[in-house]
Order: sequence, then C-alpha cells, then structure tokens
Amino acid sequence: MKFQKIESKTVAIAVDNIDTDQIIPARYLKAISKEGLGEGLFRDWRYNADGSPKPDFPLNQPAAEGAQILVAGDNFGCGSSREHAPWALTQSGFGAVISTSFADIFKGNALKNGLLPVIAPAEAHAELLKSPGAVVTIDLASQTVTLPGGRSFQFPIDAFAKQCLLEGVDELGYMLAQQTAIAAYESANPGLVSTRA
Amino acid sequence: MKPRTIVEKIWDNHVVMQQPGAPALLYIDLHLIHEVTSPQAFSMLRERGLKVRRPDLTIATMDHSTPTTSRELPVLDKEGAAQLAQMEKNCADFGIPLYNLKSDKQGIVHVMGPEQGLTQPGMTIVCGDSHTATHGAFGALAFGIGTSQVGHVLATQCLLQTPSKTYAIRVDGTLKPGVSAKDIILAVIAKIGIGGGTGCVFEYLGSTISGLSMEERMTICNMSIEGGARAGLVAPDDTTYQYIAGREFAPKGAAWDAAVAWWRQLGSDDGSGYARELKIDASELEPMVTFGTNPGMGIPISAAIPDPAFVSDPMAKSDLAKALKYMDLEPGKPLLGHPIDVVFVGSCTNSRISDLRAAARVIKGRKVNPKVRMLVVPGSQQVKKQAEAEGLDRIFREAGADFREAGCSMCLAMNGDQLEPGEYSVSTSNRNFEGRQGKGGRTFLASPLTAAASAVTGVVTDVRTLL
Repeated sequence: MKFQKIESKTVAIAVDNIDTDQIIPARYLKAISKEGLGEGLFRDWRYNADGSPKPDFPLNQPAAEGAQILVAGDNFGCGSSREHAPWALTQSGFGAVISTSFADIFKGNALKNGLLPVIAPAEAHAELLKSPGAVVTIDLASQTVTLPGGRSFQFPIDAFAKQCLLEGVDELGYMLAQQTAIAAYESANPGLVSTRA
Repeated sequence: MKPRTIVEKIWDNHVVMQQPGAPALLYIDLHLIHEVTSPQAFSMLRERGLKVRRPDLTIATMDHSTPTTSRELPVLDKEGAAQLAQMEKNCADFGIPLYNLKSDKQGIVHVMGPEQGLTQPGMTIVCGDSHTATHGAFGALAFGIGTSQVGHVLATQCLLQTPSKTYAIRVDGTLKPGVSAKDIILAVIAKIGIGGGTGCVFEYLGSTISGLSMEERMTICNMSIEGGARAGLVAPDDTTYQYIAGREFAPKGAAWDAAVAWWRQLGSDDGSGYARELKIDASELEPMVTFGTNPGMGIPISAAIPDPAFVSDPMAKSDLAKALKYMDLEPGKPLLGHPIDVVFVGSCTNSRISDLRAAARVIKGRKVNPKVRMLVVPGSQQVKKQAEAEGLDRIFREAGADFREAGCSMCLAMNGDQLEPGEYSVSTSNRNFEGRQGKGGRTFLASPLTAAASAVTGVVTDVRTLL
C-alpha cells in the first residue's frame, strides 16, 4: 500500500470517540473477503431504517462528493480491532483521517492499508472541523499538512511505517526475510504450550 | 540491572531481533483465531503461497457469528454459516486445531484459552479481537490485532511492534457487598475516559486486585481496551498458579515446578518506573452502570445522569448531548428505576461460572419480570456443563430466563441475538456503543449482580436492595 501525497477537499464529522462499530457495524463483518465493505461505512449514521440517506449526515452532503480526507473528533477508531473499519474507509475513497488522536489498534490497521492517520494540533484541527470542504494537502515525505491559505502543520508518524508507505513496502515481506533469526529464537526458546498436546 | 515492570520483562523475553529504525520483531507464544477476523488472512496466505509457521502455537474456535440455539439445529444465517464453513476449511487446510460447534471445548475465545490452561504467565498472546487483554489476568502480555497482523502471525509467528508504556492502576481496600470486579473496571474507565490509556499497557496492582479470583481479574483485564489500553495485566501469584494447575495444557510434573519458579520472577521489580499511575479506593465504590454510548460514560448506580449544561468543553458537551439523545434519557434524573426490556448475562467479560453463579444467586426463588426478556449465554461449553451440574440452568429457566449454548451472542449481535430498535438492555458485556447490541438498541453496562436484579424488577436496580 503506497501513500505519498493527497490533495483533496475534506469532509468533517465533529464527534469525539468515533468507535469502529459506527465506522462499520458488526453485521457487515460476516464477509469472508474484503469486498463490498464500503456500503457499510457509517451505515447507521448515514442511512435511515428504510435505507434512505440522512441528508444532514456530512458524508451525504453534495460537498462531500469525492472527498479523500476525513476530519473527525478525538480518539478516532476506538473499540473493536476490526480491520474492516479501514477497509470500509479506503473502499469509500478515503486516503487519510485527520484527528487529534487515534486508538492504537485502529492506527496500526490503518497504516497497513495505506490509510494515513494524521494527528493535528488542536487549533488546526478545530479549524478543519469548522470548515468542511476545505482543500488540504497532505505530504507524507515532509510530514506536512497544508491548510487553505497556505498555513501548515507537521504531523508525527512512526519512521518505519512512513518508509513502508512511501515505498509501498509490505511489512510481511520484511518479516519473512528474517526467518533465520526467527528460527534461532525458536530453538533457543522452546514454547510453553503446544495446542496439539 | 535497571528495575523492570512485568511488561518490560515479557517484552525483553520475546524480542527476536530489531534493526535500527525499525520496530522490534516480537515472538508470539499463542495465537487464538476465530471465524470473523481470520478469513481474509488465510486468503492472503493462499495468494502468496505461504504456510502457517506454527500451527502448534495456534488454536481456533467459533464464537462471534455462532448461533446460541441448539447445536442440533442447522445454522440458518447463510453468511454466518459460510463463515463457519470457511473456518473449518482454513483450519483443515493449514493443520490448525479447531474447537468447532460440535466440540465440548467450544466457547468464546477468551473464555476457552484460560479454561484449557493455554493461557499462562509470561506469554505473548494475540488474537484478532480487541478483548484479548482478558488473558493478561494471568500475567501474559495479550493484545488484540487486525486481520493483516493475523496474517503476519500465521506466516511468521511474529509481529512488528514498538513497546508500550506501563500505566499502574492501583486498587486498594475492601469491596462492599454487591460491588464486584465489573464495577471496579467501569469505575476506572469512567475516571480516565475511553482514550485514557492510549499507548499504554495497564498493570493492575494493589490489595483489592490480589484478593480477586482469576475470573474476576479476567473481567477487569478484559475491559482494558475500553480504557484505551491495548493490553492490561496482573502479575501472577498463587491464585494464578492454583487456577492453572491440572488444566489440560498446563505444564505437568517437573515442568510445572520449573514453570512456577520462572513465573515467580515475572512480577514488576521494586522501583520500576511507571509512565502513569491511578489510585482507586475500592471501599468507596458502588455498583456502576453506564448511561451513555461509550463505556467511559458510567456512574455509580445511585447517581444522577450527567447534564451537558455543566460540561464546559464544547465537543464533550455535544458528545454527551448526542449520547443522551440516542439513549433517550433526561439529564439530572436518576438511572435507577428506568424501565428495561432485555437483560443479557454473557460475553467475554462476564460469562464464566462465577458470573453465572452471581446472577443465579439473585434470580433464585424469584421470577424474571414479565416485561423483560433475559438471555443467559455461558462463555463456553465447559461453563455450560458446569452450570448444569450445579443446577444453575434450572434456576434461570424456572425464573423465565433463556439459557443458551456458548458464544459471543448479544455482546455484538452478529448471530441473531439482538435488541430491537429502541429497546433498553442491562448487559454484562463490554460495549454500549450505538447499535452495538442491535441497530437502534440501547445498552446499560453493568455487573452480573446488577443485571440479574434488574431482570427481576424490570427496571435498573441496585442489587443491594435484593441481597
């Protein structure tokens, strides 16, 4: 999964602690593939019981059309470890989420799917929440977000995750290359249990 | 040597290698898998022509999309049935032991592991499920992972990880009657908020924790993720060793003695540095109940529902107002006495035999209120068998409750056990997110005692009035 730069308008959901059950409800987790999860994205916030869209939900507004950047409240992605959450976001065209903080498991899952979790300073974050539709540039190489009007801020990211995203390197490939070290660890540390015992 | 916490000791024991500028490659001792978060990982293995490196350190069960109706009946939900069939195939193709619906060891993955003796101190344990922290009760470093990482562990038995900080949660004092482990953890989360432990592993310490049974410790560690911590643990002690001794996968003979000697070295050293610390006085706790739409929105059962008018932060104010609107609750009013429709006793938080005994103790000789549907779902077939041996199933059934087969059931409502839109439940599970127990459903999280008391009266009830 490669990520270098996104220039896009934003869509904002000004709610803290958006949990992964809201991002994709559990009934969409019965899939055995990754396909078709986009339709579950924010399903119960986005649609009425009869399947009609809720017009006041940000993702349903015409201005949200084509937005690749989601701006959301603090502690985004808390709750369940379901990777279906970043899958649903990327399948809906999102390449980045901007918040003041992310839940640990969600952040890890997002990075493995080319979905960039961007931590913004409180002031810039508040401004973005108030100005949905603003066109923002996110440049991973320089770890910079440029806001409308040219102001910018830098965001933190784990150096290894950054390199993997920039180069499209997959972590599993890196891990498989360490098989000699893994075998050496295993012979020095025989396991405590065998599930076949 | 610098004093180390138990988290640092387990970490150090499991680092396979670390290159400059890269996370550590951390070895995983036990990988638990279930039907919902693993299929795409197996697909990846097939696409890349990879094997499971250590099927002997991997174990599978069926729990999330598993019906809790009779095992003699076919699985009616086609998607759920396909997911279960895929699990059978994946385990057969890759040589992974599976406790399927016909197995007497089937159960919620976090109930099954400990009861089989697979969960042991000092281990690293992962599962594609955020409640993997449950296993931390044994002094294991156990945490939830996503499906990509499930694939990583299947292929390499390792994960790329950076260390977490250790957050000390000290609980001292004697719990009052009617107050339980569930109330401790709900109080902790209400205090620090659901993002309070982000980036941390909780270590639960103090005299109250030492005095708890393993099942009570599991209840507490289970909800670490609800406080934002990916893992939470308790250093092993004699209570831990007594629980493990004699279980199927426990070490035996000389291996047992060697294991206990090693486990005794695992506890945090005196003078260990903790990144953060929280102190709780257990003697001041009341039964806790949540009123809102995240597990941090909890109050002592006699307290009033918080009022957004008294919240100054604008986001927190609007989040509270949004939660109360979803829950259709009035600020400033008591939650006690609020009518309910459903009581759920189950989930990886509170479905073990001691939880069922606690609920049965309240239910015995009483009836479930006719307006209430009560569902008791044992965490595993072993728990179910034990409950039947003790006659708990009869106590529940005679009172008018439904006593089911093992699974996650109404905790996340994937299997057909769910709330109808607008219904209120008192639930012993771990999450009260919007729609968690069924679209439009409203959840009050509480202990098994509070749940059982509320089932009898039909309203949110302080169990101490029935004890």
